[in-house]
Parts: sequence; C-alpha cells; structure tokens
Amino acid sequence: MSSTRIDNRFADLKRQGRAGLVTFLTAGDPDIDTSFAILKALPDAGADVIEIGMPFTDPMADGPAIQASSQRALKGGQDMKKTLAMIRNFRAADHATPIVLMGYYNPIYIYGVDKFLADAKTAGVDGLIVVDLPPEEDDELCLPALKSGLNFIRLATPTTDDKRLPAVLANTSGFVYYVSVTGITGMTTPDTRAVNASVTRIKRHTKLPVAVGFGVKTAEQARAIAQCADGVVVGSALIDALQATLDTNGKAGASSVGAVTRLVANLAAGVRGARRGAR
Amino acid sequence: MTAPQQPNSFRTGPDERGHFGIYGGRFVAETLMPLILELEKAYGEAKADPAFKREMDGHLTHYVGRPSPLYFAERMTKHLRGIAAARGGNGGAKIYFKREDLNHTGAHKVNNVLGQIMLATRMGKPRIIAETGAGMHGVATATMCAKFGLECVVYMGSVDVARQQPNVLRMKALGAKVVPVESGSKTLKDAMNEALRDWVTNVANTFYCIGTVAGPHPYPMMVRDFQCVIGNETREQMHALEGRLPNSLIACIGGGSNAMGLFYPFLDDKDVEIYGVEAAGHGLNTGMHAASVAGGKPGVLHGNRTYLLMTEDGQINEAHSISAGLDYPGIGPEHAWLNDLGRVTFLSATDEEALAAFQLCCKLEGIIPALEPAHALARVIEIAPKKPKDHLMVLNLSGRGDKDLASVAEHLGGKM
Ligand SMILES: Cc1ncc(COP(=O)(O)O)c(C=O)c1O
Repeated sequence: MSSTRIDNRFADLKRQGRAGLVTFLTAGDPDIDTSFAILKALPDAGADVIEIGMPFTDPMADGPAIQASSQRALKGGQDMKKTLAMIRNFRAADHATPIVLMGYYNPIYIYGVDKFLADAKTAGVDGLIVVDLPPEEDDELCLPALKSGLNFIRLATPTTDDKRLPAVLANTSGFVYYVSVTGITGMTTPDTRAVNASVTRIKRHTKLPVAVGFGVKTAEQARAIAQCADGVVVGSALIDALQATLDTNGKAGASSVGAVTRLVANLAAGVRGARRGAR
Repeated sequence: MTAPQQPNSFRTGPDERGHFGIYGGRFVAETLMPLILELEKAYGEAKADPAFKREMDGHLTHYVGRPSPLYFAERMTKHLRGIAAARGGNGGAKIYFKREDLNHTGAHKVNNVLGQIMLATRMGKPRIIAETGAGMHGVATATMCAKFGLECVVYMGSVDVARQQPNVLRMKALGAKVVPVESGSKTLKDAMNEALRDWVTNVANTFYCIGTVAGPHPYPMMVRDFQCVIGNETREQMHALEGRLPNSLIACIGGGSNAMGLFYPFLDDKDVEIYGVEAAGHGLNTGMHAASVAGGKPGVLHGNRTYLLMTEDGQINEAHSISAGLDYPGIGPEHAWLNDLGRVTFLSATDEEALAAFQLCCKLEGIIPALEPAHALARVIEIAPKKPKDHLMVLNLSGRGDKDLASVAEHLGGKM
C-alpha cells in the first residue's frame, strides 16, 4: 500500500519531534451544518488527525457523552451518505489533514462493504476504526479496506497481552489506537504511568505510531500522555464542550463551534508542550 | 443471495469461528476478545469433564426440579378438536406441554444459568452480570448467584422494570442489584448494551451470563447446549408416553433459547415439523413488532450476525411486544441459519392473539402461562385443528405467568 495521509502526517510529526492531537466528534452532531462548521475549523485549531464518528443507535463501547451525540445526530437525520458527503466537502479545501471514520460495523455492512469502501475512498477518507471488528473478523472489512488503499486502525487494549498483540497488529496500518483503560469512552481517567508502560510494550512489537485515547479530558493529561505516545485522542471531552452549548432542545447556538475549537486549541497546546523522552 | 446448501446434519454448527453459515461470529470490541476466547476454552474443558456434568445433573434434579413433566393438555386438545369438528373436520392434534414453568424460578432460563454460573465458579469469577427482559433470566441469575455465593448485577430496561415489577422484587429479595437502563428503547436490547459496557469495564472479575442463544461465540452454542436438556427429556418422555417421536414442536422466540433447547435434539429427525413463533406486536404490517425473521434482514449487533430489525441506514429499530421477554429486535444466529435452510418455520403471533391464548390456557388447563409461550400457544390454537388426531404436538411452555398478571389485567381492562 502506498503511503496515506495518515502515514505522511505521522512522519511529519516525527520530524517536528512532537505528538499529534487526534480529535473525535460525531458526524451530524447536533446538526449537519454545525458539525461541518466544526470540522472545517479543526485543523486551524490544532487537530492533527480527525476522527469522525459514524452515528449508530447502539454504541456498545461508548459512554454517555458519545451515546448522546449519536442520538442527537440520528435525530437530526444523519446517515452514512450525509457523513460521506460532509467529508467530500471538507476535502475540497483541505488536502492534508487525515480523516478517520470511526464507528460500528452494522451501518457499513448495510451500506454494502464494497460500495462503502469505494465511496469513502472517493470522499477522501484515509482510515477506518471499527470497534466491533476484532482480528478474528478480518475478512469482513479489514482486508477489503487494505486492498482499496484505506488504513485499518486497530484498537489495542489493556487486555491485549503480548501473546495476542501480534495478531492485533498483523493487519493494522496507519497507527495503533491504544485504549488506555478497560471500559467505555469518556469515563475513567487513564493512569499515565501505566499508559506509558503499555505504549512502550506495544512499540516493541510495531514500528507504527501509537495514539492513546479513552478518558483524556484536559490539556494536562494530553501533555502527560504526549510525552510517550505519538498521538493523543480526545473525544468525549469535546462532545461535552459542544453539549454544554446546546439549548434544552439540543439545538446548537452561536457559541457551539467556538466552544469546541477553544478546547481543541487548549489540548493542542498541551500536546505540543510535552517534553518528549528519548525515543 | 443463493440458497445455502443443505447440510448432512443440522447439528454440526457452529464452526470453530462461531459461524452458522453466514450467521454468528465474534463481533466484539478488542477488550472483550481475550475474555470470550478464555470463556470458549473454559467451556470446552468443562464440557469434556465428567465431574462438571455430574455436578450439573445433580443440581438439575435436586435444585431445579428436573425432569419437567411432559403434560398431555387434555382439555386444550378437546377444545381444539371441537373447533376442528365445527369446521366439518375430524382432526385436531394431541397437544403436550413441556412444563418448563414448573422449574425452580419458573422458567427455562434456569437451565442455562446453572451451567454458566458453574462455569463462572470454575473460572474464578466472583461477579456476575446479566441482562433481562421479562426478568425471568434475571431472577434465575440472582437465584444461582445466591446459591453459589456470587455478586449479582442485573441490567433491565426501565420500561421492563415497570411492567415486570414482581420479578424486580424477586431479584432484590435474592440479593441482586437491579440497574434500570434508561438509554434507547429502555428494553432488552438496551439492557444488553449496558451489560456489555459493564463487562468491558470490569473485565478482570466479571462473568457475563447471557440469557439467550445470542451474543458472540461461544454464547449461542453454550446456551443451546445447556438448554438441550429440554429437548432430550422431551424425546425420552414422548417415547415413554407414546412410543414414538412427536410430529411437531413449537416454541416462542425472544432470542430463541427455549426454542433451541427443544428443537436441537430433533433437528435431524426430518419428519418432525418445527415451528418458532416471533412476537408480531401490534401486527407485522404496523412496524410495531419484534419479528426479526419476518420483518428484518441480516445485520450485526451484540456480537453476532443475524436477522435484525433495522432501518435502511443500518440503524437498529426498536422492537414492540406486550411480552418483555420477546421484545428484542434480533434472534439467535443458529435460528437465522435454520430459517434460511428451511429446517425451522418461523411464524408470529400478535399481542391480541397471545392475550387470548393466555386466557384460554388459564381457563382450560389451570395453568397461567407466561406471555412469551402464550405467543406459541396462539399458533398451536391455529395449527392443531388442521392436523390429524394422531399428530403429536409439543408446545414448550417456557415459563409461568404470575409476573404478567398486572400487565394482562391492564390490557384487558375490566375483562379479566
Ligand atoms: C418464559 C419465557 N419464555 C421465553 C423467553 C424468551 O427467551 P428465549 O427466546 O431465549 O427463550 C423468555 C425471556 O425472558 C421468558 O421469560
């Protein structure tokens, strides 16, 4: 596979000697216009890699914040076509920022795997994270995705021991997403020392960049993790910031976009301020 | 889709990756994957251990109260023969009830829970979580946790908490913590989401006791194996009573565990007709139902590929049924496979039909059935009069209906 925007971005970050900020927001939350306005503003605010959630009715690995964001998006009429269209529009103006689609398998399966991969590729998607597709189900989407030139980013977790790690890493590309806690998104705060040990452990098995997510909320935490990891993923905290600006009907207001971009800038400063240990 | 090839045996599934044809599988987050591999291994070892089976058989006899009777429903049979005669026929099947309602805790659920709790003990897991709809699986789990001295947390949709109060109280009395789930449709599907979220958070000490033949491999296989005691007993009992196999089997389908337990031992007896009955809620054409075979298509949820109720965009639809135990937008993957192969015929019954069957069963047999098997009974009432008198039909009376009296009374207004 030739190098993707994700590969190029992490190579770039390495040259700059810093970790990247990876942001997660749900497509269409709380409505398509606000969601697109936020998306467009993310690179300038300091996002190095952008993850976009494909909303799903039953997000089994997600905590209350992302569950609610999915529900808002679906209530607003978001579907796969609109999510892909939003990315196509983003790509028209931004050719460099990597976009990773993240979510659950069923909406992709129902859209049709081949059609999804073709449409995602044309829209300008660079990678996929599909929570409920472990390596045991690689035939479903992972292998076809790699064939069509998309990165397939796998989650490694605290329960992925050294024996299992090679199987998890085998068809992973782009980067490895280390889930810093056993649990759902947005709940517990990761213990930085344990995370660093795990990142070091994973790096013994792979040359791929390792990004760390689940539970990172503040610039301080982002800074601590960025000392060891190649990327820091923040999702629920951004969604909480967005949610705080919504009115009682869940509608966006004048401050919605700014609330998110301000937090992104803050987190980016944290990530960029990290003292990087010997690599 | 091409029609799947007919296998030599219908009892070979799943393959080593947990697939029944295209159905089943292990669609779970990475955090859970090592756990279900560990579970698969532990279950394989337990299955091969004669001591495990001996202990289980002992509990089934002395604690659960097995074997459950295979009961000749004489007045129901007579009543339906009367209907046949009124139509000018002279048939009417001979109807037997497999009395799973007489098990300790009042439903078939306990057969499976016993097996899983023994396994959890073997694996050294002190904390048990479960999802429940009607509350029967929750009660069975709370019961076994009390008996084996384990912590028990049961997730239950808040809609179901309201409509199955007696079971909520039973679980609490047995020492379980009942967590009402407020997300989504606030029913069984959402309870399962929440249980999975708990499991992913408490991986080290927690065993997830799934209540039906669904979820990631090895659950559909394991739960089926534990429930097969229903079909195995039925086979023996029918031989003792009638000297032959039954002609047809019929059971309600929530996830499909009581059905699979009855059906599985007969799958290769080609002459035995097999019927699964889904909940048609307000009617299949209203969109307000829980019939995933009749109204769904293959998709992926809760760890397996199977028939699911969903939108064109792959979003899961809410199911609707008067019966909390059938109010689920999916079905076990083995049933999906057996449907495609044509081995099991899937039918459905509406809320109204189930209510009528519930009342008839009370009045004719002195048995208050759960609303779940009342759905299957509704189809018995339709099919039996069309069969000859020597047709032996077995209904899986999967549970008792005390838990449903309040909601039945409410639906019937003053007419009960
Ligand atoms: C009495 C009874 N029958 C049937 C069911 C449906 O489950 P399954 O299809 O797994 O047997 C339930 C579920 O709660 C139940 O309580």
